[in-house]
Amino acid sequence: MKEKIEEIRKVAKEKIEEIQNLQELQDLKVKLLGKKSELSNLLKGLGTLSQEERPKVGSLVNEARNEIEQKIQSAEAILKEKAMAQKLEKEKIDITAPSTKITRGSKHPINRVIEEIQDIFVSMGYDVVEGPELETDEFCFERLNLPQGHPARDMQDSFYITEEYLLRTQTSAVQARTMIANEEKSPIRMICTGKTYRREDDATHSHQFNQVEGLVIDYKEKNTSLADLKGTLEVFMRKMLGPNTQLRFRPSYFPFTEPSYEVDVTCFKCGGKGCPLCKKTGWIELLGSGMVHPRVLEMNGYDPEKYSGFAFGTGIDRLAMFKYGITDMRYLYTNDVRFLSQFDRKDEN
Amino acid sequence: MILSKNFLKDYVDIDENIDIKTLAEDMTRVGNEYDSAEKLVPATKLVIGNVLECTDHPDSDHLHCCRVDIGTEVAKIVCGAPNVRAGIKVIVALPGAELPGDVTIKAGVIRGEESNGMICALYEIGIDKKFLSEEDKNGIHILPEDAPVGKNPIEYLKLDDEVVDFELTANRGDLLSILGMAYEVAAIYDKPVKQINLSHNELGEDLNKSFSVKVNTENCSLFLARKALNVTIKESPDFIKNRLIASGIRPINNVVDISNYVMLECGQPLHFYDADRLGNVIETRMAKPSEKLTTLDGIERDLEDTDIVISDGTRAIGLAGVMGGLDTEIEETTKNVLIEAAIFDSVKVRKTSKKIVRSEASNRFEKGLDPNRTYMAMERAVKLLEEYADATIQTGTVVYDKTDKAEKKIDITANDINSLLGTNLTVPDAIDVFRRLNFVSSLDGDVITVSVPTRRMDISIKEDLIEEVGRIYGVDNIEGKLPVSPIKLGYVDKTDREIRNKMVSLGLNETLSYILINDKNVHQYTNDKFEELRLSDPMTEERNTLRYSLIPSLYKIYEYNKARYIKDVCLFEIGKGFWKKEGQYGEDKKLCALMTGEYYLGIDNKKNVDFYIIKGVAEEVLDYLGYGNRYSFVLPKETLKEFHSGQVAEINVNGEVVGVVGRIHPEISKEPVFVLEINLDKLLAKKVGKMKFKDISIYPTVNKDIAVILDKDITSDEISKVIKKAAGSLLVSSKLFDVYINPILGNKKSVAYSLTFGSNSKTLTDEEINPIVEKVIESLEKNFGAELRK
Repeated sequence: MKEKIEEIRKVAKEKIEEIQNLQELQDLKVKLLGKKSELSNLLKGLGTLSQEERPKVGSLVNEARNEIEQKIQSAEAILKEKAMAQKLEKEKIDITAPSTKITRGSKHPINRVIEEIQDIFVSMGYDVVEGPELETDEFCFERLNLPQGHPARDMQDSFYITEEYLLRTQTSAVQARTMIANEEKSPIRMICTGKTYRREDDATHSHQFNQVEGLVIDYKEKNTSLADLKGTLEVFMRKMLGPNTQLRFRPSYFPFTEPSYEVDVTCFKCGGKGCPLCKKTGWIELLGSGMVHPRVLEMNGYDPEKYSGFAFGTGIDRLAMFKYGITDMRYLYTNDVRFLSQFDRKDEN
Repeated sequence: MILSKNFLKDYVDIDENIDIKTLAEDMTRVGNEYDSAEKLVPATKLVIGNVLECTDHPDSDHLHCCRVDIGTEVAKIVCGAPNVRAGIKVIVALPGAELPGDVTIKAGVIRGEESNGMICALYEIGIDKKFLSEEDKNGIHILPEDAPVGKNPIEYLKLDDEVVDFELTANRGDLLSILGMAYEVAAIYDKPVKQINLSHNELGEDLNKSFSVKVNTENCSLFLARKALNVTIKESPDFIKNRLIASGIRPINNVVDISNYVMLECGQPLHFYDADRLGNVIETRMAKPSEKLTTLDGIERDLEDTDIVISDGTRAIGLAGVMGGLDTEIEETTKNVLIEAAIFDSVKVRKTSKKIVRSEASNRFEKGLDPNRTYMAMERAVKLLEEYADATIQTGTVVYDKTDKAEKKIDITANDINSLLGTNLTVPDAIDVFRRLNFVSSLDGDVITVSVPTRRMDISIKEDLIEEVGRIYGVDNIEGKLPVSPIKLGYVDKTDREIRNKMVSLGLNETLSYILINDKNVHQYTNDKFEELRLSDPMTEERNTLRYSLIPSLYKIYEYNKARYIKDVCLFEIGKGFWKKEGQYGEDKKLCALMTGEYYLGIDNKKNVDFYIIKGVAEEVLDYLGYGNRYSFVLPKETLKEFHSGQVAEINVNGEVVGVVGRIHPEISKEPVFVLEINLDKLLAKKVGKMKFKDISIYPTVNKDIAVILDKDITSDEISKVIKKAAGSLLVSSKLFDVYINPILGNKKSVAYSLTFGSNSKTLTDEEINPIVEKVIESLEKNFGAELRK
């Protein structure tokens, strides 16, 4: 009996070692340990043995059974591991092959810059206001202290529809609208971004372009001054053009501000050393600004004895060209897909 | 305005160490921008030479070989000018000389002959041809015989001047004069302004006895007339010619040059008439209907009643402030000159000059003139005519004057200045600025009263004076700070931005198109009734009208790209469309998209854009904006003729059409191009509820698929509605997953739907669901005559 059990153990061991796959192992397990297996038969036949031999043989059979079970288990573990390795190997792909492409869109550089400007000013407590592009002469000029026949109107050759209506030549039109709309005449801090139109078209001027306009009005006792305008534009320009940007305020003339200043910034191409872009001056003329003209306040319902403030404006197209190194303004408006699709990622922080 | 430094130095002393660039930069800092600042004659290494010998070049039909005494040596120079000859004094550029146009002179050999320099024409050293005589235009410049050999010809010709080309602001008409510039420069460097010399003799009977001035229009506020008799017309002295050239004006003869010279000096345009061709009266009036005038340039002009004219009592002899008439102009034979110094309405002059010609004179009239300067200019003109044209000045000036010449007085305090500029200036600081500007001021307590000279017409209110203080004190000296006020969040409506981000995430490229389009496209892609908005003066006919729909703009961009072999074009833009409806003008913000070619999707990979893709884009936007269950795509009520009639839908939200989606008509585009337009103003006016959490069911859902055969024309929308209605509240979703169309089905199609059922309170059993599915099938049978496919 003992020899027989020993023989079963030996054969089982050999067979287990020969097994190559899980299914065979499963079959073998049934054959070796199942109800009809030799070991099971031996256990069934225990009754025929003597009282004395019964426990001995029983324990031998169980021992053999446990051993075989263990062997099967470990063989199973090895086979499973092997099978998984095979499966993984089989599913191996070329990870350098092209990805499944998902169409990627892009945001126009002008609108990227507009969003950036809006965020800068919102963080300083300015509201972003919109105004119509089809404006009236009244809001575009008259209410900004530019009466009919004013020579400064020449600076802005306009697209008129009728004698009354025109495409706005400047976002400044929104200044008057904002002041009029504010019925309680509370302090104002606003910017407006958007399209503007002038009757000119050449390599550096598009008849359609974009501006941002800012207006701050507060009670006179707050002493909103030229110093505040300077500080505000310094923050704005350094955020847009880099922390080392210097500003130069030059007295100038705009009918809607008094005093008025044109603002130059350090040339963004040469950093102020002088290059063809800045005509070797080191400066680029970028903004118009000034203290709101008392007549503008008055014409739009703000008593100039009680209120004062400042206003500023600049072209967005040039800022966008600088920011992204766009070499020709016309790219901004021809909308070549090879141009547009370059603006398809997050900007730097 | 071009400023000659030599001219300026007549009226203000400038330190020798201030070069032209520094002067220009210092002027810029006080608000006067410049375009260029350079030497009048930028050429270097020039000497006066004496041509000793001139022979024909042995190997050329036009070159000459010269031996030129240049003081230090005798140089061999090859010269091609036709007028070179022995015995003349010439301008020689030595080797190493730099001439305008990046020319550097080198010693060398020209066709075998040694040449150590160049004999120059005036235009070669930097004098524009327009200022030169015919001889100088065609050859080298021949200097007078007394020209000192070896010396600098620029100094000898008194062309050693420097010029700044200023771009002045519209309000500073006073700077269109050397005197005005002198006051400005004097204020910067704190120097006195020198007096202008007006002294002259007068003879004979008072002009008022024999000549009269009539003004019959309110558009002339001041008119002065004087007579200069027995003038000698000749060439002007060098200093006048050179200063005119430096200022960009061509010298003609001494009399004409004096009128221009005085205009440059005083800023007051003058007009000189040949007095013998006038009667004894001069009149200013508005032009009569169909009146004509032949101007100086020989062109006959049709005048309008907005033109101010000068008349001799019967006919127009000049367009006031713009151009004189041909008949009365100064000629070589002129003996007696009538001088006009006047002020005409700036707006009227502007209007007339805009249609005729913008001139130095009209530019000054347009900016406004100082009446005190009008008188000064008249006196200066007669002084110069007496001195340089041998004129006898007749006694008396005929005067018509309605101007106010009183100085404006403005009160201001240091506090006014400091609160606007953010400075800490004292009363003496402010008074000192006014002194430098040559403004008289007086102090009473805190209040400074400033008298503003009439030349400074740009100053009328306190803020103008504050600007003056800021200019002269220096803006650079003001420290920037941020406005102090209560902390308040800024507000920005980010809807546009969100839509833009959504479209970008869907793979579309944002464009920025022109709103001006051609009128033939303006009514395309819409049946809306509106009047188109045309520009009254378009730049090109291609862009003569404001767009209503954005689709024509985007279609143009598609064509542009297609022409560059770009086939996959997916574009979008948020922009305005403009209209006039029932007399009202307005504009709407619209979202437009255009898609064609291949579109790459995550799972299916690339796919040709079709109606359903762009419809999907529309749904994405509408769903994202919160209009989830409130929209439908319906057949257009009227034919939209630019669309494919079988592939177009109006987008309906809450019963209102807010947009359109469809394929562009094959007659417009053979390639399948799909467009979408949504009127965002209309759409966003419909309020959207808050985003709110809905409980998630813990019970599993059950799927049932059904397939039915029904008429081809029954739309998916109609089927969905019937299914939803029949299935009731346990239906979570129904998805169309198969459409089968085949000739064997005739006019029918087979559609298959996957129905998902679920409940928040229990697991659904077949006993509960099967009757619902039955009901759905029955309802489809009843409504559409559908039969179940098994």
